[in-house]
Amino acid sequence: MPTSTVLSLFTIATGLVLAGLWLGQHVNLLPIDASANAPVYDELFKVLFSIGAILFLGIVGLIVYSLLRFRRRASDLGDGIAMEGNLPLEILWTAIPAIVVLFVGIYSYDIYERMGGMAPLNDHSAHAMQASGEDTRTWGGISPAVIDAQAGVEALPVEVTAMQFAFIFHYPDANITSGELHVPVGQPVVLRMKANDVIHAFWVPQFRLKQDVIPGQPTMLSFTATRPGHYPIVCAELCGPYHGGMRSNVIVDEPETFADWVARNSPAPAPITPTPVAS
Amino acid sequence: MTLTLFPPQTTTPLQPRGWLRYLSFSTDHKVIGLQYLVCGFLFYLVGGALAGAIRTELLTPISDFLPRDTYNEVLTLHGTVMIFLWIVPVVNGGFGNYLIPFYVGARDMAFPRLNAVAFWLIPPAGLLLISSYFIGSAPQSGWTAYPPLSLTTPAIGQVLWILSVLLLGGSSIFGGINFIATILKLRRPGLKLMQLPMYCWAMLGTSILVVLSTPVLAGTLVLLSFDIIAHTGFFNPALGGNAVVYQHLFWFYSHPAVYIMVLPAFGLVSEILPIHARKPLFGYTTMVYSIMGIVVLGLIVWAHHMFTSGTPPWMRLFFTIATSFIAVPTGIKFFNWIATLWGGKIALNTAMLFCCGFIVNFVFGGITGVALAQVPFDIHVHDTYFVVGHFHYIVYGGTVFVIFASIYHWYPKFTGRLLNEPLGQLHFWLTFVGFNLCFAPQHWLGLNGMPRRVAEYDPQFQLINQISSAGALLMAISTLPFLINVLISAFCGQQAGDNPWNGLTPEWLTSSPPPVENWKGEAPLVTEPYGYGVHPHPSTP
Repeated sequence: MPTSTVLSLFTIATGLVLAGLWLGQHVNLLPIDASANAPVYDELFKVLFSIGAILFLGIVGLIVYSLLRFRRRASDLGDGIAMEGNLPLEILWTAIPAIVVLFVGIYSYDIYERMGGMAPLNDHSAHAMQASGEDTRTWGGISPAVIDAQAGVEALPVEVTAMQFAFIFHYPDANITSGELHVPVGQPVVLRMKANDVIHAFWVPQFRLKQDVIPGQPTMLSFTATRPGHYPIVCAELCGPYHGGMRSNVIVDEPETFADWVARNSPAPAPITPTPVAS
Repeated sequence: MTLTLFPPQTTTPLQPRGWLRYLSFSTDHKVIGLQYLVCGFLFYLVGGALAGAIRTELLTPISDFLPRDTYNEVLTLHGTVMIFLWIVPVVNGGFGNYLIPFYVGARDMAFPRLNAVAFWLIPPAGLLLISSYFIGSAPQSGWTAYPPLSLTTPAIGQVLWILSVLLLGGSSIFGGINFIATILKLRRPGLKLMQLPMYCWAMLGTSILVVLSTPVLAGTLVLLSFDIIAHTGFFNPALGGNAVVYQHLFWFYSHPAVYIMVLPAFGLVSEILPIHARKPLFGYTTMVYSIMGIVVLGLIVWAHHMFTSGTPPWMRLFFTIATSFIAVPTGIKFFNWIATLWGGKIALNTAMLFCCGFIVNFVFGGITGVALAQVPFDIHVHDTYFVVGHFHYIVYGGTVFVIFASIYHWYPKFTGRLLNEPLGQLHFWLTFVGFNLCFAPQHWLGLNGMPRRVAEYDPQFQLINQISSAGALLMAISTLPFLINVLISAFCGQQAGDNPWNGLTPEWLTSSPPPVENWKGEAPLVTEPYGYGVHPHPSTP
């Protein structure tokens, strides 16, 4: 291969990689991040976006170039070069995607672990239920709060009931039932979720978290909110005619504001000490 | 039983001639292929109208165009019609029946009567499905029919849906068996497997998937119908059943179904590109292995549809890795196609444009697919418009583009006349622009919080939804030049001659349209179907 070809190929490849990396860093397609999970997720998104942009621009570039460069002239009825394959080339473009997906797989495993996806679901209430002879299995969900709990930070438990077409939130410690989820910023929250009728899904886009809530399967999901504000809770699983209207809000407050809310809404006159907040 | 290599002529004097044979129980594979194509296209118009209703509802953030349960009926019918009555039958039964006997050098399929039965199951199944809307209620639980929702929506619609899908699944299995038998047992003497055109390999792989996975769906739907009709509790948690088991069984078919829709398209592209680029298909052997690799991997990735369904962490990881690796054999095919174009003498006609549109769209859908395979990525966007965008890039931007490419490519074979080229190019550009305008913005909607299958949404998403609907309108308009072209060219199109593209694959080595027994004399032995440049000036026998 002549040196000039090698040089121009190298320049194009470098330009492509730089363009992909730049796009990954500068194109923001995601909503605001409001949980400890979200920045980790966004990191993965940027890497996937960069790789995707490099591949997409490269392949589209190749196609457009081929169509322009190798277009048949009207008078030319001959054939192209009789090239039926090239083993080294084919090995190369088997190896490159294999390495890319291997990298993506390992990287996303790392991300998943940092999000708490691989943490064992030690649900303490499950042991309590075991004593009462109920179904003890707890399914799925991402649980960074379990990691936090091991580090000595107490998590705020909330019971979530999903039904056609609403979410009901119950705070067992303060005995509050609410149609909206109120959580303090910075404290891990553990949702114990169940569905009454059909499958629903609990999704907060700003938390980058979603979990199906399936009848017959008590499910746990946990998160730590990091940014005060109001965010939508969206049902993401088709659950009937009013599925699109099955929405609620999560209100992330400063710990003091949250404590006020708990105090104002507690049904019992007895003083409730809100769960202490770490940091 | 023994299979004869050249079955006796199957057209008896009793079978009608002329256009009436397309309404008959014909056993001619070419008639059946066109029956599949036309019938599928009619259902495509139905599915497209349903899509139009969805995009009209989504012009505004409130539910104001259709009643809420009608909206769910519409989205359920749209998915079912497009998958089971348009894409699967056309890309398998349509082109498969027309082309496979030519490619193996046979005069018909291995089981011609079974073939006719397989086709004639489709119109009643489709009418049954659509009739449910008029006799009570259409199904409302999406094409996935997840219980317990599918157990609580009106039973009549759900049961008719099950019956219809069972008939269509039966048709698909009959077709699959027929293709496997034809490709393996009906090859012309002297023709080796590794000399077959690539579409044969694609159909062999697809048919293996059909035969292995469709019965699982059928069994699952029978159990679901018991739950609905007889109040058994297989999938009903209230009666001790398990709703997630349904999802595993459903996706054990329905993920391979994606490959059942896409692999034949890969095969068709592999036939079209070499002819119009005047180049041999690059990397034949790696293409064959990558098809078989996709078949094997395609059977072990189903749970990636269930990452948020309470699957244990190890299962999430296994299915992430298996799914990601499908990108490797798929990538090989795309690089081989680009290498097929490289150094060719490319005729940039409508068929070629649709093929290149397919590559661009499918690469985009493949990239979002690898992203979706990653559990942490998927958890955020699962069941959102991101996924809607992704799978339309695969099944529409991928397969439907190839269906159109194939119609432009083989229309002269079907009719002896060429389609009008300027109208074709207009059709391509309207479709390409409309498609991308409709589905690219949906990825953003999903990332930012719009779930799928909703009639109402957060008002901040209105503008993007309107852009998407404008794209859908362009797609609807793009159908007009196509319809006009196909209808008028059948009578007034330019005479094509027998081999307008100078193709080397066997279907071009006979007259256009071909005689009932495919060749006047003996079937030609084509050992180099892609010998462009090797045999510079093909001559038709």
